Amino acid sequence: MAVTELDAGPSFLDRLSRPKPLIVLAVLMWIPLTVYVMFGDRLDGYADTVLLPAIPATLVLYILGVRAFRESWVAVLGLSLVFFWLLMAVTAPYLPLMDPNKPIAPFTTPFSEKRDVFFWLGTDFKGRDMLSRVIWGCQRVIVWGVSATMVAYVVGALFGLVSGYLSGWWDEIISFFANVLLSFPVMVLFIVILNYLGPSGFNIVVAVTFASAPAIMRIVRGLALDIKTRDYVFAAQTRGEHPLYIMIVELLPNVRGPIIVDACLRLGYTTVAITTLTFLGLGLQPPDPDWGLMIRESAKTAMLWKFSYMLLVPALAVSSLILGFNLMADGLREMSLRD
Amino acid sequence: MSDQIPVLECRNLSISYYTRAGEIPAVVDFNLKLMPGEAHGIVGESGCGKSTVALAIMQYMGTNGAIVDGEILFEGRDMRTMSAEELRHIRGSKIAMVYQEPMASLNPSMLIGEQLAEVPVYHEGISQDAAMARAAETLAKVRLPDPRRILKSYPHQISGGQQQRVVIAMALLSNPRLLLLDEPTTALDVTVEAGIVELINEISEEFGTSMIYISHNLGLILETCDRLTVMYSGEAVEVGDIRDVFDEMRHPYTRGLFGSIPLPGADKNAQPLVAIPGQLPLPHERPQGCNFGPRCSFFRGGTCDVGKLKMHAVPGDDGHKVRCERFQAIDWERDLPKGEAKEPVPAGDIVLSVEEMTKHYVIDDGGMAFLSGPPRTVKANEKLTFTAREAETVAIVGESGCGKSTFAKVLMGLEDATAGKVMLGNVELGDLPVDKRDRETVSRLQMVFQNPFDTLNPSHTIGSQIGRVIRKFGVAKDDDEVEEIVYRLLDTVKLPRDFAKRKPRQLSGGQKQRVGIARAFAGNPKVVIADEPVSALDVSVQAAVTELLMDIQRENRTTMLFISHDLSVVRYLADRIVVMYLGQIMEQGTTDEIFAPPYHPYTEALLAAVPIADTRIEKRSIVLKGEIPSPANPPKGCPFSTRCAYMMSGVCDTQAPPLRTFQSGHQILCHLEPAELEAMEPVIKPKAAEAAE
Repeated sequence: MAVTELDAGPSFLDRLSRPKPLIVLAVLMWIPLTVYVMFGDRLDGYADTVLLPAIPATLVLYILGVRAFRESWVAVLGLSLVFFWLLMAVTAPYLPLMDPNKPIAPFTTPFSEKRDVFFWLGTDFKGRDMLSRVIWGCQRVIVWGVSATMVAYVVGALFGLVSGYLSGWWDEIISFFANVLLSFPVMVLFIVILNYLGPSGFNIVVAVTFASAPAIMRIVRGLALDIKTRDYVFAAQTRGEHPLYIMIVELLPNVRGPIIVDACLRLGYTTVAITTLTFLGLGLQPPDPDWGLMIRESAKTAMLWKFSYMLLVPALAVSSLILGFNLMADGLREMSLRD
Repeated sequence: MSDQIPVLECRNLSISYYTRAGEIPAVVDFNLKLMPGEAHGIVGESGCGKSTVALAIMQYMGTNGAIVDGEILFEGRDMRTMSAEELRHIRGSKIAMVYQEPMASLNPSMLIGEQLAEVPVYHEGISQDAAMARAAETLAKVRLPDPRRILKSYPHQISGGQQQRVVIAMALLSNPRLLLLDEPTTALDVTVEAGIVELINEISEEFGTSMIYISHNLGLILETCDRLTVMYSGEAVEVGDIRDVFDEMRHPYTRGLFGSIPLPGADKNAQPLVAIPGQLPLPHERPQGCNFGPRCSFFRGGTCDVGKLKMHAVPGDDGHKVRCERFQAIDWERDLPKGEAKEPVPAGDIVLSVEEMTKHYVIDDGGMAFLSGPPRTVKANEKLTFTAREAETVAIVGESGCGKSTFAKVLMGLEDATAGKVMLGNVELGDLPVDKRDRETVSRLQMVFQNPFDTLNPSHTIGSQIGRVIRKFGVAKDDDEVEEIVYRLLDTVKLPRDFAKRKPRQLSGGQKQRVGIARAFAGNPKVVIADEPVSALDVSVQAAVTELLMDIQRENRTTMLFISHDLSVVRYLADRIVVMYLGQIMEQGTTDEIFAPPYHPYTEALLAAVPIADTRIEKRSIVLKGEIPSPANPPKGCPFSTRCAYMMSGVCDTQAPPLRTFQSGHQILCHLEPAELEAMEPVIKPKAAEAAE
C-alpha cells in the first residue's frame, strides 16, 4: 500500500495542502460566510443558498488541518474547537433549529422539554431558544472578529514594513503615532471611537484596527529591521529594485512565520474585545443573536442559580473559541520551531 | 610513555541522536588516546561529528543524545559511570572547554571579574578576594594588557580577541588536565588568530595541559597539534602523528582535503585545485561499507561497499592508522591528483578605475546632536586609487573594519562617495545612487555574497529568483525564454535543472552559493564583486565553488573584485592584490610582488599570520600586538602605527606616510625608506631539504 502511494507521487490530500488549493478553499469558506453575515439582509431569495459551498470547504480544510497538526494533540484540539464553531457558523441556516428570535415559553430550563427539532438548552428570559441563539451568534463573532483582525494586520504590516525598511523620518513619524495610540488603555480607545462613529460591525473593525495595528506594526517593524540586513535584500537593492518591490516580495513573505502565530493569539483578543463591546452595548445591536449580547441580556436574570445557564452557555462558547485560537497558536509555534 | 595513564581515552565510542526520524548515528567507532601534555587535533567538515565528540567528552549531550557503545576513560575512570555530582566537579576544573563564539560563552550582564572568580569559588571553595586575585593573575598569563581594568569590564566593552583570551583564561583558572578547544579562532581576524594560536602553544608548553583542538583548518592544526584525527561522516578515517598524516597521508579523503586547499605553489592556471566530487552524505543516508566510497576515485565494488570498515595500521609509522581497505593497493606517489592546466587569460582594457575615492560617514547623534558637540566622522575609505582590467582578478585583502564592505557599497550605488571618482567604462559611479543608474550600468556590476544562508530569499524558488534578474535586466521577457536561460545558468553552475523549482532550504551551503553565482552572472555583468564567496563553506566544497567562479569568469572575460581576508586563497586566484587597513590602501601590486619583499609591514604580518597546511614551508612568526583600532578613532599619522613592529615614534604617529613606488606599479604606503623595505626577509620560504631524514 505504502509503495503504491510512493509510486503515485504526492497523494490527493498532499496536493490539496499546497498554497494555491488552500487559498481557494479558504476563500470558498470565508467569502460566503462574510457575505451572509454582513449583507444577509440584502440577499433576498439567495440567502439560503449562499452558504452551501462553504460547508464542504470547511470540512476539507479541517481534515487538512488535522493532517498538518497531527503530531501535536494540543494543536488538534485547538483546531477542532475553532472548526467546530466555523462549521456551526456555515451550517446554521440548514440545521433543524428553532428561530433564534421567536419567543416561545420563557425560562424553560435545559433538557426539560422535548420538541421535534434540536431543543436542548432551554430558553432565555424572553423565551428565545438558547441553542439556536448560541449557534447563530457564533456567525457574527467569528466574521467580525476575523475581519477586524485581518484589516488590523494589513494596516499594521504595511506601516511596519515601511517604518522598518525605509527607516529615517518614516520610522520616526509612524512610530510616534503608534506610541500615542499604544498609550491609550485599549477599552478607552474602543469606547472613544465607537461613541464617535456609532456602534456597528464596520466601526468595530475600525476600532480594533486602531487598537491592534500599532502593536502589529511594532512586531513587523522589528522583523523587517532584522531581515533588511540580509544579503538577498542587498542583492535586490543592487539590481535597482523599487523599495515597494523589496518590501512586498523580499521582506513580507519572510516575516509571515511569527506573524501567523501572533495573528492566532490576536484573534483571541479581538474576540474578547468584540464580546466585551457588545456586552457594554457598544457593538452589534439587538435583536440578532450574539454572544456578548446574550451575556449582557441575561446578566441580571442569571443571578438566580437556577437560570445561570443563560450566562454560562454563551460564556463557555466564547471561552472555547478563544481557547481554540490560543491552542492553535501554540501548535503553530511548536511546528515552526521543529523545522 | 606506555606506563603513563592517558588523560583521556575513547574506546570504540559510538554516539547517536534520537530524533523523530529515528536513531541517527552521529559518531561511530571512535578511538582516541591522549597522553599528558599532548595536543590532539580533530579535523573534519561540518556534520562529521567532531563537535559531538567534544560534547560527549564533557558528557553534555542534551536530552536526545546518548553514548550507545564504547567508553570514555578520563584518567583511567569510565566517565559513563560517574554520578552527576562527580561530573559537575570535573567539568570546569579538570576538563575545560573553549567554544567558537567568545561573546556567546561569556555572560553579557556580569562583570568579567565576577565570572572568572566563580570558577575557583565553586570548585575550590576559596574566598572571593583570593579568587579575584587568581583571576587577575590568569588574565596576565593570557597576555591581556591591564588585567585590573578588564576584571571590571563587561564582555561587550572589550574586543573579540580579548574576549577569547578571557574565555581561555577562564578555562585555565583551575589548572585543568584537559582543555577542549572547539574552533576557538574561527570567529576572529587572522592577525588576532595568530596571537591566540601563539598563546595556545605557550599554554601547552608552560602548563603541560593536554589539549583536543577541533578545527576545519588544517594549517591551524599543523601549528598547534602533535597528533591528528581526520573525521569524515561520523568516523575517524585517519589517525596519526601530524608529520605522518601531512606528509604520508594514506586515506583518499585526507588527500582530497589537501588537494582542495590552496597551498603555496598552487596556481589557478598551471596547477588548479582539485575538488572532491559530490557532497557529504546525510547521517541517515550513509552508504554501505566505506562512507567516502561514493566520492572516492579509488572505489572498488566488492571491497569498499561491504560490511563495517576497520582501522588498519600503516606499516612503518607509529600509531598511524587509516580506515581504508585499499590503502596498500593505491600508489600514493604516482596518483597525486593534478588539475588540468589552463591557459592564462590575458587582461584587456581598464574596465574599472577608482581615483582617490573617499567615503566618510558622519555619525549623527540624533535629534539632540547640538548637545554633543561637533559631529564625528568615520573615515571608512580614504583616497582609494586602483584600476581593474577586463578578465582580471583583483583581490582586496583586509581584516574587519578595513573598509572593504563600504567600498563595495559605494561601487554598487548604495552609498555616495564623499570625494573622488569611480569610473566604470566612461560612467562615473561615485555619486550616482543605484536608483539613478540606467539598467545597463546596474546590470554590468553584480555581486556574489559571503553567507550562503543569507544570499537567497528563503520564500521563493531558485528559478524565480534567477528569473527575476533576467527580467529585471531585460535579457529576456518571454516566460519560456526566461526559463530556458535559467536552465542554462543552472547547467553552467553544475546544478540539476529541477533545482529551479526548489526552495533554498532544500539546498546545501555549496549549492546555494552556486545559485548565488548563477544569479550574479544572469545579467551578463562586466564586473563581479565577490565578497568572501567561499569562506563560509566546507573545505572540500570551497575548491569546487572557487573553480566554478574562475571558469565562468574565464569564459565571460569578467573582471572580478575578490574581497577576502584569506591570503592563501588570494594567492591562488588573484592577478593583482590590494591590501587595505583601516580604510586605506597600504600596498598594491601583482600577486608575486605582494608575496615577495619589499613588503609593507602590515602585509608582512598578514602573510605570517595565515596558517599554511604544508610541512615543507617555513614561515617567520610575527604576531602583531594590540587590536585593530576603531575606524571612528583612527591613529594619527600612519593608521598601522599602533601595531607596527617598525614604528618610528615622532614620524609614523604624527605624519601621514608617503607612497613609495617600485617597479611596474607596485606601491607601498610607508615611512620606511625603499631600501629598508627591499631588505626585508621573505616570510614564507621552502624549508631547506631535510637531508637528515
